[in-house]
Amino acid sequence: MHDANWEPRIVAFFCNWCTYTAADLAGVSRLKYAPNVRIVRLMCSGRVDPQFILAALAGGADGVLIGGCHIGDCHYVEGNLKTLRRFQMLKRMLAEFGIEDQRVRLEWISASEGDKVRSVINEMVEQLRPLGALALREQFKEWGREVADGQPVSVALGEAKQETEVAHV
Amino acid sequence: MKTNLTNGDIRIGFYICHCGHNIGGVVDCTAVAHEITGLPGVVVSRDYKYMCSDPGQELIRNDIREHALNRIVVASCSPLLHEHTFRNAVEAGGLNRYFFQMVNIREHDSWVHTDHAKATTKAVALARAAVLRVRFHRALETTRVAIHPDVLVVGGGISGIHAALTLANAGKKVYLVERDPSIGGHMAKFDKTFPTLDCAACILTPKMSAVRANKNIKLWTYSEVAKVDGYVGNYTVTVRRKPRYVNEELCIGCQECIEACVFKEGKYPDEFNVGLSKRKPIYIPFPQAVPQVVVIDPERCLQLKSGRCKKTCVEACADRQAIDFTQKEEMAEIKVGNIIVATGFKLFDAKRIPQYGYGLYPNVVTSIELERLVTSSGPTGGEIIMRDGRTPQSVAFVLCVGSRDFRTNRWCSRTCCMHSMKLAQLVREHTGADVTVFYLDIRAPGKGCEEFYDKSLKDGIQFVRGRVAEVTDWALTPEEEGKLVIRAEDTLAGVVRRIPVDMIVLAVGMEPQADSQAVRRLFNMSCGSEGWFLEKHPKLAPVSTFTDGVFIAGCCQGPKDIPDSIAQAGAAAAEAMALIDRGYIEQEPNTAYVVEEDCSGCKSCLPLCPYTAITLDGTTQKATINAALCKGCGTCVAACPSGSIRQHLFEDDEIFSEIEGVLTHA
Amino acid sequence: MSKPKIAFYWCAACGGCEEAVVDLAEDILGVLDAVDIVFWPVAMDFKKSDITALPDGALFATLLNGAIRSSEQEEMAQLLRRKSQHLIAYGACACHGGVPGLANQFSREQLLRFVYEEAPTLGEDGRSRPQLESEANGHELELPRLHQAVRALDQVVPVDYYVPGCPPTPKLTQEALAMLLSSNPPPRGSVLAPDTALCDECPRKSSKPSDLSFAGFRRPHEILLDPEKCLLAQGVVCCGPGTRGGCGALCVGGNMPCSGCFGPTSRVRDQGAKLLSSLCANIAAKDEAGINLALDGIPDPLGTFYRYALPHSILQRNVSQAARAETLSL
Repeated sequence: MHDANWEPRIVAFFCNWCTYTAADLAGVSRLKYAPNVRIVRLMCSGRVDPQFILAALAGGADGVLIGGCHIGDCHYVEGNLKTLRRFQMLKRMLAEFGIEDQRVRLEWISASEGDKVRSVINEMVEQLRPLGALALREQFKEWGREVADGQPVSVALGEAKQETEVAHV
Repeated sequence: MKTNLTNGDIRIGFYICHCGHNIGGVVDCTAVAHEITGLPGVVVSRDYKYMCSDPGQELIRNDIREHALNRIVVASCSPLLHEHTFRNAVEAGGLNRYFFQMVNIREHDSWVHTDHAKATTKAVALARAAVLRVRFHRALETTRVAIHPDVLVVGGGISGIHAALTLANAGKKVYLVERDPSIGGHMAKFDKTFPTLDCAACILTPKMSAVRANKNIKLWTYSEVAKVDGYVGNYTVTVRRKPRYVNEELCIGCQECIEACVFKEGKYPDEFNVGLSKRKPIYIPFPQAVPQVVVIDPERCLQLKSGRCKKTCVEACADRQAIDFTQKEEMAEIKVGNIIVATGFKLFDAKRIPQYGYGLYPNVVTSIELERLVTSSGPTGGEIIMRDGRTPQSVAFVLCVGSRDFRTNRWCSRTCCMHSMKLAQLVREHTGADVTVFYLDIRAPGKGCEEFYDKSLKDGIQFVRGRVAEVTDWALTPEEEGKLVIRAEDTLAGVVRRIPVDMIVLAVGMEPQADSQAVRRLFNMSCGSEGWFLEKHPKLAPVSTFTDGVFIAGCCQGPKDIPDSIAQAGAAAAEAMALIDRGYIEQEPNTAYVVEEDCSGCKSCLPLCPYTAITLDGTTQKATINAALCKGCGTCVAACPSGSIRQHLFEDDEIFSEIEGVLTHA
Repeated sequence: MSKPKIAFYWCAACGGCEEAVVDLAEDILGVLDAVDIVFWPVAMDFKKSDITALPDGALFATLLNGAIRSSEQEEMAQLLRRKSQHLIAYGACACHGGVPGLANQFSREQLLRFVYEEAPTLGEDGRSRPQLESEANGHELELPRLHQAVRALDQVVPVDYYVPGCPPTPKLTQEALAMLLSSNPPPRGSVLAPDTALCDECPRKSSKPSDLSFAGFRRPHEILLDPEKCLLAQGVVCCGPGTRGGCGALCVGGNMPCSGCFGPTSRVRDQGAKLLSSLCANIAAKDEAGINLALDGIPDPLGTFYRYALPHSILQRNVSQAARAETLSL
């Protein structure tokens, strides 16, 4: 179902202080890397809610990259440590969901490691190629077809379910 | 719905910057602008040559008025560079400055990709994400944090001294903390300075005395910063004050105790003279030391080591009673608003290049050793002599020792060419010896430096271009007998040469301090891969760091000469002063907040905050966040299991829409 | 004036929600005073044709429990949706997919293969798959088709109200009915339960320390549980912080941790991800090996964090390459 021009798409969550700055440095240094990555800036990798990672995968990403300061170097003392703890569990859970290990990656990249931004992104793109497209957005549509009116199973992204709070019952 | 942040009619203005050819040369900006035009809420979509220029900003301001825009997106360079600029423009246009989102299509796109079509597709994706995101932006107020007017300067070399004096002279109270027993740093060891050949002591000593005399400077030598808490404007710093076993208040620097020590002669390597002379267990680092207070080396002092000494020093001190063997390490806590880190460098250890024979051949010396030999106050009284007491007839300088070499340090230490030429001239002047300089390239870019190079050539100093291969004492000819022989390829003549000399001077380069990583962590700074402290921006913010209120000056940021160090120190002092005199800093309102009615009081967030900004309200049994303490990392936001903690500028809806945006196919 | 007509129906469910209605005990009489039950296959003898015969919108409300797993359940959900002014997802399975939703960890092929061919309890001759169409004694027999995935009710038809719980408590049920019948019903789409997490009403709330960090995790059978102390403080995974309240902390009252049946609050898109995020962030270990050792205490993260909400989670189901390939042969 996927065309030959398929290119892996990576959503990257980079912390403001180290990895985002390193990506800036890669730019200032005119390093060249694969154009498959879309960087979302957060103040700390600790802000990376596992929901974001799932939303990126469900929304069409083939891989998710999280970048933070090296352990011990977090601008917010230990935010990256909290990320590491979540990430270790998330990897186990994603395995249960059938998502390949290489699709979600956590890297510590300091503000001076512009070159590491390049090598990590290039490497990840190459690792995603043999896995092929995850294409969950299309996949959910496909699965949704078995329900009579063909409406998609649910909208993974976009507006959260319309709910209104009622008084405590 | 409570999580619905959109308010009213959204009218978005989108602007994409060509940045000359920087972006426009790779990304088809017109196509991006066209693509964005069709998105919901977009009223204006334009491309422009230079968005950060005045006319570019004017464009935004006018459009806000003319088209009643209430959200602005600019796709240009990194927000770390120009977010502030555009927020100001948005504010000048009459909107709240946070109704703005920036898209990084230069550093993260045009500069790093070569495929124009793919770079353009990426720019569209990033722009679309911002357009979706900005809908959720809300008006926010910046908060002001008061700046404590005192400043901590760490490191008492020429940079730290100059920064401290600049601030003190402006009436600011400064704590100057130095690890060694005296301030002065490397410069205190120099004889003369290039390219003017003025006496280093003559220009440094008055500044050191000025530090001592200045009422606004609290000088703490033999002290180290142990802990740093707080944030810009409000740092609490703990300083470890090592015992010098001499009461600083009581000692008058008469040095009679040194004279009276049971050791009649100096016995231990003198640090100041880089081991070329000996000192006693009780000593003063050097004659012009500031403070003029002796210090006792606990590793060497008989009394401190064994408790069995006649304590002739105490006798000599008599009723001044300055000597105190019971002194203990003390921890002092101070409050400051800004910190200037000027912790300097260390010299490359020449033993790491064994083929140059340092440590093996006594007459292979380092540049700093020769510096001490040349100095009139040095161990030889300014006489340049070899270890056997003879005056050298021929001297060779080897440049780039440890520098510009993949095997050791890749960087240029910037000062060694000039420093070596200065020493070469002094050697000629003092001894008349033949001088040969082995160099890779002569780097003399500073003011008056090229002229100094010319003078060196005219003075008869020989320059040979080539990296020295090895130094041996193996004589192949009678002329080489008893000499050190340098083997090097003369790359201009295209021959390998053997040059016999009496003395060889290794121009050792600069390296980050051995504990630079620990110091970096202490002050929450970043290091480049080489270990030098990282400035916030290599051009626009050369003395700022990524931590507000922490500045860097001098060689801890990278190798530099005295004028550059002083310039940086002045700049760092000015940056600190700018904050102090304004009296407050405006903080990015990216703090986390608890929606009280949503919170269940589960306390999951409490242990996550490194700043103890989150507490449980005793009455409501709900979490609350102290915005003044919150630094906006968002870790608690990601962790809140019921989604009851939110973060300004990084709301869930904003991030989810960004994710959606970057993934929507063009 | 005739009383409003109410229907009860069940799909992929255990029957517990039906019990919950019965658990209203004598209060059910009050309900019967207010409404006419016109369809309740579990308790009364009605036929599908009774419903088909009604005009669209003739039912005031249908309380449908259970997830949607098969073509037959889907058909009934569509039918009842058409006939009802209000369709209420009643119970965890209808609201979020529930325990049957855990089947989404596997593809349909995996499930069928295991259940009918590989399960160790099968005899040698029992290993055959039921067919959608077959013939017996000269009659054509038809079985409902199993869907690729288990779905929550609102993933098949629009839902007006949600009454969560496994099962919803009698109190919640009564209040929901009262609210529906009132002159001022809540806006459509509402979850008829508080939007605050369970800790808010948990009797053990005050025993939770404010500096809790997890050295490791234990399952309830592995330790003797203190009946007063916060279960998380005892190292047991309690989903209370990431689950809507409204149940009165019944499980905790029975000295068992909350397992999450009321689903997430409205502000959370994925209950499992959020539970994971808060629990794991508070692990004590600071190195990878130590962290992994602590995580070993939760041997089935997906089953722990998504016990009732897998079909409603962001990923919804197993999305492995094998599962995706199966779709193509649908």
